[in-house]
Amino acid sequence: MAERAYFGAYGGTFAPETLMAPLVELAEAFDEARRDSGFRAELDGALRDYAGRPTALFFARRLSEDAGGARILFKREDLLHTGAHKINNAIGQGLLARRMGKTRLIAETGAGQHGVATATVAAWLGFESVVYMGSEDARRQAVNVARMRRLGADVRTVDAGSRTLKDAINEAMRDWSATSATSHYVLGSALGPHPYPTMVAWFHRAIGREARAQTLRRWKKLPKAVVACVGGGSNAIGIFQAFLRDRVRLVGVEAGGRGTALGDHAARFAGGKVGILHGTKTWVLQDREGQIAATHSVSAGLDYPAVGPQHAALRDARRVEYVSASDSEALDAFDRTTRLEGIVPALESAHAIAFARKLAPSLRKSDLILVNLSGRGDKDLPEVERIERGS
Amino acid sequence: MKSSGRVAAAFARAEGEERAAFVAYLTAGDPDLRATVELARAVEAAGADVLELGVPFSDPIADGATLQRAAARALASGTTLDGVFAAAAEIRAKTDLPLLLFSYANPLCARGFGRAFREAASAGFDALLLTDVPAEESDAVLPDVARAGLDPVLLVSPTSDAGRMRAAAERSRGFLYVVSRTGTTGERARLAEDLQRTVARARRAADAERGDRGTLPIAVGFGIASAEDARRVAAIADGVVVGSALVACAESGGARAASAVETLARSLAEACRR
Repeated sequence: MAERAYFGAYGGTFAPETLMAPLVELAEAFDEARRDSGFRAELDGALRDYAGRPTALFFARRLSEDAGGARILFKREDLLHTGAHKINNAIGQGLLARRMGKTRLIAETGAGQHGVATATVAAWLGFESVVYMGSEDARRQAVNVARMRRLGADVRTVDAGSRTLKDAINEAMRDWSATSATSHYVLGSALGPHPYPTMVAWFHRAIGREARAQTLRRWKKLPKAVVACVGGGSNAIGIFQAFLRDRVRLVGVEAGGRGTALGDHAARFAGGKVGILHGTKTWVLQDREGQIAATHSVSAGLDYPAVGPQHAALRDARRVEYVSASDSEALDAFDRTTRLEGIVPALESAHAIAFARKLAPSLRKSDLILVNLSGRGDKDLPEVERIERGS
Repeated sequence: MKSSGRVAAAFARAEGEERAAFVAYLTAGDPDLRATVELARAVEAAGADVLELGVPFSDPIADGATLQRAAARALASGTTLDGVFAAAAEIRAKTDLPLLLFSYANPLCARGFGRAFREAASAGFDALLLTDVPAEESDAVLPDVARAGLDPVLLVSPTSDAGRMRAAAERSRGFLYVVSRTGTTGERARLAEDLQRTVARARRAADAERGDRGTLPIAVGFGIASAEDARRVAAIADGVVVGSALVACAESGGARAASAVETLARSLAEACRR
């Protein structure tokens, strides 16, 4: 397989042999598709007419004044159909699956946004869909579960392990290993075995391209910093890749959770070490025995013990800094953004906003901080209210 | 360091006795390591030719529900890699039964592959199977496996093409492991119908790769639930691997697990006679 399987020392294809043939088939199909101008035109058309690209670039004036310092800009991925950047990748993989002659889509989901996006694309393309979701996540994201079922997806809750995203990925991989002749596994983030990290990043590249061009057009300069939350890291890699060759500070924000003890957060770069999980070699939260650790985040979408391998390589190269924001900082950013801008951000994105608020006072008023607002927070309202009630 | 050759010798002995080798799998530490040592004794008494011991892992993506539950029980009782090695050493002290270490990459990676392989060999393991390390990733670890004196065993599946089968055969020592069908481990009502074709393809790949180095035996695993299944597989392969059925038997056996497992293992070993 191609060398692109690795990003520096990270990545690879650490998969059971039964998954290798489907992975090789997928890598070849993806390579062929992305070189095909017909496929690219079809994809661009769907992103425009179905998903709603390009998304807006918004100057969050009141939030910026409140933070006191640089101007904070939002790349409004929350305005996309189904409410998050995840639809870019679901459309891309859905069209690729159709090209490969598959009729059934398998997905895993944490916060539910990727599951909703996949169920949506399945409805649109006339596919069957099965979505695996940890039972703890299903509890936290009941609205999205109802949405997926309404869209025709078979939502299967997973009671094994920590009952969150990693356990849903285990089940999705098992399903795929038994059904790959007819099924495509729509992995939802820039992780997993090759070609997923490369492919998912490619389907999200529009985020950074648009944001960079919009910033230059409207503000006549590049931002000082680009900030994005990092669970698996798909929205972050989507926006970062357009700025990798620029003199722009790139910051990925992990979930700091409720504390620094193993099990209380999902900050892989702060508390993890290099390991192998879900087909890829990367930074993983684990115990001394190499057993995968439990994680915690107020945001189901960031609650994952490993990070996409390209992020690990970008950190080694010192091109991207990785920091974390705690649950309470994210909840505070969630509230302020809602009250000051009339925008309810996803709790995932609120982690990025929390860091931008900290960074802004150290920059000049004329400087720009570009935050990827990766999704909207309607799905999080019941959980936020439950936390506020203290129940 | 050279491998002990115990695995190859066991297959050769079975071949000489006109039967398929019976490879029994147990999850180490299920429900605790004491039980593992007892169950090892039981399967050996029943006539197992090779014992495959699985390192419990929190996220076993290639395993079905039975083995996932077994790993969860093993981890709940505090099973560590050192514990697995200690149990293997205890088994090795009393028998020449060839021992195959089965693991996901991460528990060994966390220890450091080189060190983990050396410790496994000193504990008495003869061979190593890393379930999520396919041929293309194995080249980074195989020199360390060889230095430790372990025989690497790689997997092929019905979806592996000829090139993948050759790559796996080229890297394997002792035997080549054929996954009977796609999907995870676990019992199935019926073995895949194209199994015979898969085994024949694997054998061609093994013969092509080995040339004058002698034959590489083919063992089949995944989904072999009954003596009847074992009999059918023994007719076409050199070895029969049974895991989930033994683990499920131990799971439901309670205090009499060892004797229940011994009875089942005996019927499986019998079924391996041609």
